[in-house]
Amino acid sequence: MLAGYSTVSSKAKIKGLEKIDRLFNTYANSSLGMIDPEGIEALCSDLGVDYTDVRILMLAWKLKAEKQGYFTQDEWQTGLKALGVDSLSKLKKALSDLEKEVEKPSNYEDFYTYAFRYCLTEEKQKSVDIESICELLNLVLGVQFRPQIDSLIEYLKVQNDYKVINSDQWINFLRFCKEISFPDLENYDATQAWPLILDNYVEWMREKHS
Amino acid sequence: MTMNERKTIDLEQGWEFMQKGITKLKNILEGLPEPQFSSEDYMMLYTTIYNMYTQKPPHDYSQQLYDKYRESFEEYITSSVLPSLREKHDEFMLRELVKRWTNHKVMVRWLSRFFHYLNRYFIARRSLPPLNEVGLTCFRELVYQEVNAKVRDAVISLIDQEREAAYYSRKAANWIVDDSCPDYMLKAEECLKREKDRVSNYLHSSSEPKLLEKVQHELLSVWANRLLDKEHSGCHALLRDDKVEDLSRMFRLFSKIPRGLDPVSSTFKQHVTAEGTALVKLAEDAASTKKAEKRDVVGLQEQVFVRKVIELHDKYLAYMNDCFQNHTLFHKVLKEAFEAFCNKGVAGSSSAELLATFCDNILKKGGSEKLSDEAIEETLEKVVKLLAYISDKDLFAEFYRKKLARRLLFDKSANDDHERSILTKLKQQCGGQFTSKMEGMVTDLTLARENQTNFEEYLSNNRNANPGIDLTVTVLTTGFWPSYKSFDLNLPAEMIKCVEVFRDFYQTKTKHRKLTWMYSLGTCNLIGKFEPKTMELIVTTYQASALLLFNSSDRLSYSEIMIQLNLTDDDVVRLLHSLSCAKYKILNKEPNTKTISSTDQFEFNSKFTDKMRRIKIPLPPVDEKKKVIEDVDKDRRYAIDASIVRIMKSRKVLGHQQLVMECVEQLGRMFKPDFKVIKKRIEDLITRDYLERDKDNPNMFRYLA
Repeated sequence: MLAGYSTVSSKAKIKGLEKIDRLFNTYANSSLGMIDPEGIEALCSDLGVDYTDVRILMLAWKLKAEKQGYFTQDEWQTGLKALGVDSLSKLKKALSDLEKEVEKPSNYEDFYTYAFRYCLTEEKQKSVDIESICELLNLVLGVQFRPQIDSLIEYLKVQNDYKVINSDQWINFLRFCKEISFPDLENYDATQAWPLILDNYVEWMREKHS
Repeated sequence: MTMNERKTIDLEQGWEFMQKGITKLKNILEGLPEPQFSSEDYMMLYTTIYNMYTQKPPHDYSQQLYDKYRESFEEYITSSVLPSLREKHDEFMLRELVKRWTNHKVMVRWLSRFFHYLNRYFIARRSLPPLNEVGLTCFRELVYQEVNAKVRDAVISLIDQEREAAYYSRKAANWIVDDSCPDYMLKAEECLKREKDRVSNYLHSSSEPKLLEKVQHELLSVWANRLLDKEHSGCHALLRDDKVEDLSRMFRLFSKIPRGLDPVSSTFKQHVTAEGTALVKLAEDAASTKKAEKRDVVGLQEQVFVRKVIELHDKYLAYMNDCFQNHTLFHKVLKEAFEAFCNKGVAGSSSAELLATFCDNILKKGGSEKLSDEAIEETLEKVVKLLAYISDKDLFAEFYRKKLARRLLFDKSANDDHERSILTKLKQQCGGQFTSKMEGMVTDLTLARENQTNFEEYLSNNRNANPGIDLTVTVLTTGFWPSYKSFDLNLPAEMIKCVEVFRDFYQTKTKHRKLTWMYSLGTCNLIGKFEPKTMELIVTTYQASALLLFNSSDRLSYSEIMIQLNLTDDDVVRLLHSLSCAKYKILNKEPNTKTISSTDQFEFNSKFTDKMRRIKIPLPPVDEKKKVIEDVDKDRRYAIDASIVRIMKSRKVLGHQQLVMECVEQLGRMFKPDFKVIKKRIEDLITRDYLERDKDNPNMFRYLA
């Protein structure tokens, strides 16, 4: 009896996994054994989203993808199972739910930190160049904090104290948007532990508007 | 027991009961929490006396009761009233007396009521003083007798104080309008002296301080601001006109009133700061008329500036003694004033550099300061004192070290004793670490001389090792001396042998040390066979190397020289300039312009001559300023890093502001770290995984072991 039961469920499991795996193989690079950037582009086009869309980043986050531009089979399986999808159409629907999931305060910071890590493509890389950071900021925070992000990006592009941004600075950008009133910046206190780049940004802003 | 039968009250019993009532009364008078007498209380007490009085003998206690009445007062006065009066004086004693007298009258009234029955019969029969009188007489005999002299004095002194206060209040109001500050102060001082004499003559000595206080208040406290602020004669004016005597009087007078010295010291601080800032401006203005190319060089005006600051310091130090009785408040504001303007640079040179250059001028041969030995010692002492006000002490140390190196290596030090003396003073002021490298440098020179003797011995013992040129080598311990860029100068052949010989010699002494040759610091004596006459030229090794090229070529271009010497453009331009465009033209330059350009051609000037047989051709040093500042900034970054790590290692978790504060404090002896730089270092240390930001509180940092 028991054996029969488990056979049924494992058959069901196998069936479910089968569909996920089949979906995986549609996009995977067979010699690599994983989905590569080309595959992701194809996936995006099938999903009807631009491959620079933030939802793809969210998908990567959900999949806990380690390497930018690649999905391993494990990541694919775990991720799609977590999403509860096993087909392209279901995945497409799940993307909009995913947005809501990410926006939950308990997930948001995790996603935000993940976004930075995802950009560390070289081994032992600890910081990301300014250009990429600006793009990432726009992608990840642009919708929610449009005025701050536009202004901050403008500053990052004109300043030349920093050529790269590290994770500590990155996490403080989010904190800045959340905590500091804008555009007056009244409650910003440079004697606190804000990263120097933000002190400089605030100074620049204040000078601009004086 | 029937209604008519009364139990006999024994005296002891009855008095015990009365005592309770008297104690209750005393408590009420002393202000203790005690409910008032009720009608029942009163009746019981009255009746007890009545009964004891009307009892049949031998239980009729009238006399005893009368005596006990009086004793009640005596006991209370002796045990409570007098002690409390004795411990008080003057006004307080008077107040206490009034209170006690009022209490006493109440006590008399109440006790008379309890003992009233005695009044009615016993007293009249025996012609005794009534109860009232007894009570009052107790007070007179016990209290009044004792305190009346004191009371009189206290009253007189109170009256006097009021009178005096009124008198001086009127006078002061007139004087403040008519008199200048010095005159007013003279009058005030006179008045106080007079009062003091008067009081000591006929009032109780305890009145003196109170009386003088009142007079001081009327004369000084009331008018303090108006007096000090008088436009042409107030504190500011007295400082301006150096009125030492008036200022001393001002200090004496105002030190006596509460917070009296605050406005004086604050005006003093403003004045000193203004004078110092004026000196800075003067120097800046003089410097702005300097020619552009000399802008970054510390020149005469800056020297004059330092001199003037020293003079200013001397002047106000004297004031500390002569006017302000070395009061700590004035020392404090003097320090603050000097710190305020001493840290302003002049014409692009920081005060640290100015002081170092000033020292250099005193200590070097042919310096601009020509002073006697004593004067030099004194001046050095004063300069070191000024250093206490400079916040960038590490910058001073580095400039000083650079200049010391030049003095030592180019034999420009005028006097060894002075060199050592100033190092001792700097050590005393700033600690051993400040001077350890400099001391090492001085020691190196002494050792170098010994070493040279050994080298010469070695040469005489090894004939074939002789390089054919007299060679003196100074070996420097790397850590002590400033860092110099060493370039791979292509040495002339003659000198190459020198280097090899010395290297061999040095190997015989130690095998574990590496020699790095600093040709930029060497000097060379050349014999120049000029047509008019042969002359000796004292030049640097660089200059010598360039000149020796002309032994094998008549004419060389700039680029040929540069390639052959293997030096940078900067060095080549400098040295060629010194040989062809300066005072002594050993080389002829084509075209004969005043500056060196890369297309110039050079020729040996065989016609060169001078009235002297031996001349020194100076090579102006590269301006070290930028390098010094760079080096110091680098050292500061390391120092801040080390300080942050040290603090975090011991505290494990610390808030940002706290960390910054402790860091500033730790490093304060040598320099004032910039907040932004500290922040940058913290960020750097986070990147290098020494620290991390706390997950929950972004303003806190954690040490990562």
